[in-house]
Amino acid sequence: MSKATIAVIDYGMGNLHSVASALEHVAPNHDIVISSEAEVIANAERIIFPGVGAMRDCMAEIKRLNFHRLVPELIASGKPVLGICVGMQALMTHSEENGGVEAINQLPGEVKFFGEDLTENGERLKVPHMGWNTVSQTADHPIWHGIEDNAHFYFVHSYYAKSEDKDLVIGRCQYGLEFDVVLAKDNLVAVQFHPEKSHSNGLQLLKNFSQWNTGA
Amino acid sequence: MALAKRIIPCLDVENGRVVKGVQFVDIRDAGDPVEVSKRYNEQGADEITFLDITATHEGRDTTVHTVEKIASEVFIPLTVGGGIRTVDDIRTMLNAGADKVSINSAAIFNPDFVKEAADRFGSQCIVVAIDAKCVSAEGEPKRWEIFTHGGRKPTGIDAVEWARKMTAFGAGEILLTSMDQDGMKNGFDLDVTSAISEAVHVPVIASGGVGNLQHLVDGVKLGKADAVLAASIFHFGEYSVPEAKQFMRDQGVEVRL
Repeated sequence: MSKATIAVIDYGMGNLHSVASALEHVAPNHDIVISSEAEVIANAERIIFPGVGAMRDCMAEIKRLNFHRLVPELIASGKPVLGICVGMQALMTHSEENGGVEAINQLPGEVKFFGEDLTENGERLKVPHMGWNTVSQTADHPIWHGIEDNAHFYFVHSYYAKSEDKDLVIGRCQYGLEFDVVLAKDNLVAVQFHPEKSHSNGLQLLKNFSQWNTGA
Repeated sequence: MALAKRIIPCLDVENGRVVKGVQFVDIRDAGDPVEVSKRYNEQGADEITFLDITATHEGRDTTVHTVEKIASEVFIPLTVGGGIRTVDDIRTMLNAGADKVSINSAAIFNPDFVKEAADRFGSQCIVVAIDAKCVSAEGEPKRWEIFTHGGRKPTGIDAVEWARKMTAFGAGEILLTSMDQDGMKNGFDLDVTSAISEAVHVPVIASGGVGNLQHLVDGVKLGKADAVLAASIFHFGEYSVPEAKQFMRDQGVEVRL
């Protein structure tokens, strides 16, 4: 019997090998494929929707490859879907990056800029928010299994998501302001940080995703 | 809770082996880069920087394979620098599994290369490395210049101005090495570190001169660095990464333990 597949959606933005090798590490019972073919992606048991770089460029490629239609279909099918970083941001309604970009609108809310004069306790903060920060688990979810509250994850971003529906927020982070870093809606989870770069906490999260039974 | 200050062990790699020169002269062998990276990963290093000092083409192919091996076993950010001169060099390293590339002399010869690289791959993966040396006479206000060729060749470029320009061109991070301090184990050049950290809005990694754990604390507190990079204190087992982090936390620095 062939193994079930986890597909990493490739739309040409950034290096997907680290996501794939992290998954290979934690999900030995799955085949991991990096693909931009709709059929391959649609046949997978679960799907990773990653992304790095500028939102305008990402959305342009997503649309060119028709993924702005495919991704909502995959979500509607009930398969587990995990958005990572700009993948999370692309799932929101709209981003103010690059003068304003319409996104896929699977998670209602806005993607906003940290601003040039972000401060905390009187200290000026650098943007991008780059490095290890703690994530507070604001609601239970299978994706948190085996991960301590306020565990560190690796972030690199200048824009952050603001969910319209507070019930979808399951993880928050503090950097000059508090913002939403993990959103969950039915079979969809979206994370702002890079689990594939977050050492044991990130690997555990990916493992949880690979085993997550959404009941679909 | 806040963003942790990062501790970054640095691997200087030549022909597939980790080496660390003392002021680029006395080169001691410090092991296999994949094994060394795994050890730092297990110890809780926040990131790994891999500087390729190999001169030959054959050696550079070895480097790509080494980066691939590290990236498939180490799940923390990996920066690769040394000999990054073209968009193809960047693509090769990112495809091999690097998360960021560090550009040094190629930026000096062609500053637009940094712009092109940031446009193509995103600022988040473009680090500009600056090798600075103090050039002001005693009693004068301090001034630093960029040097190339391992600190031997002055360029006449002011280091603080250069850092500003590079971030305006899209550098997402600055890796600042003091050529006066590198290999001396007397601590970072705190003045140039804080001058550059205050001049730019992106994170600054302090490098060059770490001899003990207090130097790491000083780099963050006095140098205002967002991350500290060290090689020999970790390579030769003088200190472990957890020891360094515990020491920093005890001094009130936010770290990931």
